[in-house]
Amino acid sequence: MLKISNLSKRFGGLAAVNDVSTVIEAGKINAIIGPNGAGKTTFFNLISGVHKPTSGTIFFGEHDVTHMRTHEIARLGVSRTFQTTALFDMASVLDNLIVGHRLRTRSGLFDVLINSKRLREEEKACRDKAREALDFVGLSQMANRMAGDLTQEERKRVAFALALSTDPKIVLLDEPAGGVNPDETEGLATLIRKMVAHGLTVCLIEHKMNMIMSLADKILVLNYGEKIAEGSPSEIRANPAVIDAYLGSEHADA
Amino acid sequence: MKYLDRRIGWTLLLLAGLAFPYVITGDYQLTVMTSAYIFAIATLGLNLITGYTGQFNLAHGGFMAVGAYTVGILTVDHQVPFWIAFALAGVVTTLIGLPLGFVSLRLKGHYFSIFTLCIGYIMYLVIEKWESLTHGDSGIYGLPAPPGFGDFTFTSPLAKYYLVFGFLVVSTFVMHRIVTSLLGRTFMAIRNSDELAESLGINLSRNKLVSFLLSVFYAGIAGALYAGTERTIGTGLAEVTHTFNMTMFMLVGGLGTVLGTLVGAIGLPWLTQSLQFLQEYRFVVFGPVLILLVIFVPLGIVGSYLSWRARQASRQALLSAKPTAPEAAPEGGAPHA
Repeated sequence: MLKISNLSKRFGGLAAVNDVSTVIEAGKINAIIGPNGAGKTTFFNLISGVHKPTSGTIFFGEHDVTHMRTHEIARLGVSRTFQTTALFDMASVLDNLIVGHRLRTRSGLFDVLINSKRLREEEKACRDKAREALDFVGLSQMANRMAGDLTQEERKRVAFALALSTDPKIVLLDEPAGGVNPDETEGLATLIRKMVAHGLTVCLIEHKMNMIMSLADKILVLNYGEKIAEGSPSEIRANPAVIDAYLGSEHADA
Repeated sequence: MKYLDRRIGWTLLLLAGLAFPYVITGDYQLTVMTSAYIFAIATLGLNLITGYTGQFNLAHGGFMAVGAYTVGILTVDHQVPFWIAFALAGVVTTLIGLPLGFVSLRLKGHYFSIFTLCIGYIMYLVIEKWESLTHGDSGIYGLPAPPGFGDFTFTSPLAKYYLVFGFLVVSTFVMHRIVTSLLGRTFMAIRNSDELAESLGINLSRNKLVSFLLSVFYAGIAGALYAGTERTIGTGLAEVTHTFNMTMFMLVGGLGTVLGTLVGAIGLPWLTQSLQFLQEYRFVVFGPVLILLVIFVPLGIVGSYLSWRARQASRQALLSAKPTAPEAAPEGGAPHA
């Protein structure tokens, strides 16, 4: 689905991502792990077009997205969430989500001025899409609540819903379980499995090892911007380089 | 129900505006109100780029001056009929806004504001120094009154009041439609987080530019109305003071609300007028009041009301969600006014 070849990103003298090649496999849960500052978020920013790579290529299917801009990549079907979700706290959850489907609509200023049929249809489509996404993440009862009233876990789910309302093919999740308790983490993991069951490809960054080990089909390990290992959870668990760099000895015999 | 509420509210405001000259008679009051309406139109524009799109444009007063000077120069120096000059004022302001917006919107946050502050000052200097075009410091006198049908012209304070009021009503209607549409939601998404908006497939530069051009178009039209009602224009119109006044209107009324803009832009001139008796001390009173308002009512008058309403609706949703959530969401239940 995403083919990344020799990807590097330098900020001045610092190589945040250094010569990483990997494949994000379609219909699977691909995880990226690594210690703080390993370049995981930079890696996401490169894939989603926020940063331009210093060298290397990124292919999404047959599209070369290496030099595309973020909004163009989003339109191709690459969606993402952020570590913290900026919502308009004074508006309802549903209102926050409606804009998520905007990229699939074409109404412009002229449609607004004449209140065209297309605009009305597209506004309805966006509203329906928002409800559908909210249903999917299990928050339909929260539709009319103020976004500011949500818990951290609910905010994460709204972030998922926002990403889903863009009709993506792949969803990049940056620390989807950051700042939520273990029970809620399990709930979010179930939701991520549900996304894959519905034909989506997921790529996530996460620090919670238990979650990753039970959830991921494939794990990529970064350290100091370099790929140090890649494989199934059991392979990663047994990989001495990974244990050395990151996991610590207690995971070695788990 | 909520929709109906809003309808009634806006209709009452419309009726109040229509009835105003008959309730409060006096040319002075009419003139103050007319001027307040003109600045309200300009502030509606500023609110679109600042309140809804999150880009604080400090050159807004400059664009208003461009609109006024377009009318002044065309009608006085080139004998262009008023309404043609009026229409051209909107076009010229937008055309000047195009390259300026394109360049300045590449900057974010404070950098954008500082850059536009400079642009506004350059616009002021150009108007002041380019004497062969703008008459420089002496300003432009003797602008024609806006002609109506037949022999009628908008010269009396009452006629000017209704002329400007008509434009305010149309401007408000269009702005309300813009901000409640998908386009308005797009602008608000950019305000919330341009990073998130971009990842949702929103073309930042294009949407910011559309918002910017709409906002300066409003400034241009307001400037043209100013020219048509005052019939004398000077470089003072381009001074940054006007932009700061409009900013104050937005903050007091409620940033990112249409109604708040109107409340601020119409209410504050009356407040400052009513403090006239304090003469030069009035800002000693007005200043602290403004500071207190910004500290304790940061959302502004209308903003606070809407926030309270949103909270009520949220509580309502919580209660009705408990027994298997049967209720249908009210269409367009966003906190817009």
